[in-house]
Amino acid sequence: MKKQTIAPEVDMMVVNAPLIANHAKAGNFVVMRLHEKGERIPLTIADSNKDAGTITLLFQKTGKTTEELGMLNSGDEIRDIAGPLGHPTPVKKYGHCVLVGGGIGVATLYPILKALKARNNKVTAILGARTKELLVWEENFREFSNEVLVATDDGSYGRKGLVTDALKDIIDHRSVALVIAVGPIRMMQAVSELTRPYGIKTMVSLNPIMVEGTGMCGACRVNVAGKTRFACIEGPEFDGHEVDFNGLGSRLVFYKKEEEVSLKRFKRKCKK
Amino acid sequence: MRYRNPEKRKADFKEVSLGLTERQAVKEAARCLQCKKPRCIAGCPVEIDIPKFISFVKEKDYLGGLRTIREFNMLPAICGRVCPQETQCQGMCILGKKSKPVSIGSIERFVADYEVSLGRIDLPDIKPSNGHKVAVIGSGPAGLTVAADLAKLGYDITVFEALHEAGGVLAYGIPEFRLPKKTIQREIEFVKGLGVRILLNRVIGKTQTIDEFFNDGFKAIFIGVGAGAPKYLGIPGENLNNVYFASEFLTRVNLMKAHHFPVYDTPVKKARKVAVIGGGNVAMDSARTALRLGAERVYIVYRRSERELPSRHEEIENAKEEGIRFRFLSDPRVILGNDAGWVRAIRCEKMRLSDPDESGRKRPEPTGKEFTISVDQVIMAIGQTSNPILVRSIKGLKLWGDGYIGIDREGRTNLKGIFAGGDISTGAATVISAMGAGKRAARSIDEYIMGR
Ligand SMILES: Cc1cc2nc3c(=O)[nH]c(=O)nc-3n(C[C@H](O)[C@H](O)[C@H](O)COP(=O)(O)OP(=O)(O)OC[C@H]3O[C@@H](n4cnc5c(N)ncnc54)[C@H](O)[C@@H]3O)c2cc1C
Ligand code: FES
Repeated sequence: MKKQTIAPEVDMMVVNAPLIANHAKAGNFVVMRLHEKGERIPLTIADSNKDAGTITLLFQKTGKTTEELGMLNSGDEIRDIAGPLGHPTPVKKYGHCVLVGGGIGVATLYPILKALKARNNKVTAILGARTKELLVWEENFREFSNEVLVATDDGSYGRKGLVTDALKDIIDHRSVALVIAVGPIRMMQAVSELTRPYGIKTMVSLNPIMVEGTGMCGACRVNVAGKTRFACIEGPEFDGHEVDFNGLGSRLVFYKKEEEVSLKRFKRKCKK
Repeated sequence: MRYRNPEKRKADFKEVSLGLTERQAVKEAARCLQCKKPRCIAGCPVEIDIPKFISFVKEKDYLGGLRTIREFNMLPAICGRVCPQETQCQGMCILGKKSKPVSIGSIERFVADYEVSLGRIDLPDIKPSNGHKVAVIGSGPAGLTVAADLAKLGYDITVFEALHEAGGVLAYGIPEFRLPKKTIQREIEFVKGLGVRILLNRVIGKTQTIDEFFNDGFKAIFIGVGAGAPKYLGIPGENLNNVYFASEFLTRVNLMKAHHFPVYDTPVKKARKVAVIGGGNVAMDSARTALRLGAERVYIVYRRSERELPSRHEEIENAKEEGIRFRFLSDPRVILGNDAGWVRAIRCEKMRLSDPDESGRKRPEPTGKEFTISVDQVIMAIGQTSNPILVRSIKGLKLWGDGYIGIDREGRTNLKGIFAGGDISTGAATVISAMGAGKRAARSIDEYIMGR
């Protein structure tokens, strides 16, 4: 394992996992557990290299386990890692695709971008962040996309405003075959609402709470088009026009209190 | 059998049943009539020579008894604890007609635990390696049995398990207070002692594929991936916060040790009033787990009447002693939530049982009368279906029903070199039936590879 900090609170990690790298496709994720007492967390496979036998993971330090992951050093081992999980992104020739990434969502979009380009799609990428220094992997997107637009909340870089403003400009003036949005849930919801009246197919990648990630527990269930679906095997990508975002949002905060307890306890222990 | 005091035991996760003392075991063994045509053997899905092992116990040769069981069953400490003996061996025991059947399960458990108390494991003879590689997918009772039987015959066995722990339902489903983790670990050590390699975190169909296995020189493949995927009722409110599928609730506690949160990282919600829907082992386990997490009131809500409860008898008795409340002939209609999207109550319809149909089964029928139980947690334990990942990844594999693998009596699928058994071919069943399927499959894999 090799690790590097690429933005405040965001680390990138290259993990030696040849079997996973061998089958990793755009849209896949892994589930990992750091130690005997650890929880299992899902992380998107942001990049993979079959020849080197490695996968790349990006993570934002938002909770106890990601903080702990951030404290590992290059050369350390991850106790358990399983994958590649999830239903891969269906990739074919669509035409003009717009990828909308918020924050760490770029990790999910990057392999999708490469796969779409490999099938000769024209891709516009819109990357959003609160402020300039939180923007990650812009160069990677520039390398593969036909065009990259940046939006920051504070206007410190690119256009000031939301990714939806940039997206609206594009769909008002150009034809778009497919939109894929990955990021905070409110952002994905806003994108889906924006494209709905235009009838543009919009895919979003959901991040519900997971336990084992193999379809056996139902923790990751979301309501899509009125039906219960398991994100770990049928997703994590779903049609944004059919997802019950409010239901998902409510389930995401289910363990909020416990997460706070766990993080506080960890920070206290680290200080000692 | 001795049990811990209900008031004490419901406050912790330690084993409820203490098993037999040596003297009790010998006394119980002496009750066996040693029938000429033993009906108990016919009642056992793996046909253990029960009178023979019991005769060893009667003579106080406990290891002899254990060796006899192990000729048929690799996991006696587990089966002695979780088999539904009342419908199998003990249900057939001739003594049961007039008085109580011999407690075969307790004696089985006694000899297995006796070996533990000596701190040793007696490994059986293993044939020299024949160099043939066999892949076993899933480390539940079906997979472990295939692995052990073939390893004894000299095969080179690798078990691939998706989770970070081996054992299948034994590890992530059945709670510690009924089946201690160290009991499972010991039985798994036994299987490893036969030379079986167990690789964890391998989600076959994703991490590696069946085709790759054949290319890598595996001669045959056994699929024992189980049926752990939760079924849902399809009633309103199922996605409210604090509605759990039993699979998730039990996995959090058993596999992830959420009852030790925050020492362990995985949380589980503790509730005051809990309704568990269903009447099988999974429902009893969920209810008693919720109780141990600190719930004040736990209801089991079941559509039929007490007589139809599919759970092991012993667990129903244990649950009652611990104060679990049963609401029979009650069918959930809606789970009600508060404004924030959390459970606050469950509304059920009162049912009655119909006259028996052609199959002799009485069906629950609605009465139109409804009632509400106020609860802050609902656990759905109404059944499981096939684990989908692997099954869906194999082209041309014949399936039936809800994605179960179709096999013949010898455990063969329609594809050459691919065998299956356990819950993935029968639907959710029992530990011992999964082991029986594993034994049959091991036999046909041996025949297949040896060209017989
Ligand atoms: C809560 C609960 C209580 C129970 N109580 C009892 C009881 O008291 N008595 C009794 O007899 N029975 C009981 N049962 C039923 C019994 O546990 C099962 O019938 C039995 O475990 C089935 O064994 P199996 O080997 O077929 O599958 P499982 O035990 O389900 O094992 C399957 C294994 O395969 C793994 N797997 C799945 N997909 C893949 C993949 N793609 N790649 C690799 N590995 C994979 C799974 O992770 C799992 O470890 C209970 C079940 C539950 C859930
Ligand atoms: S995480 Fe358990 S079913 Fe999806």
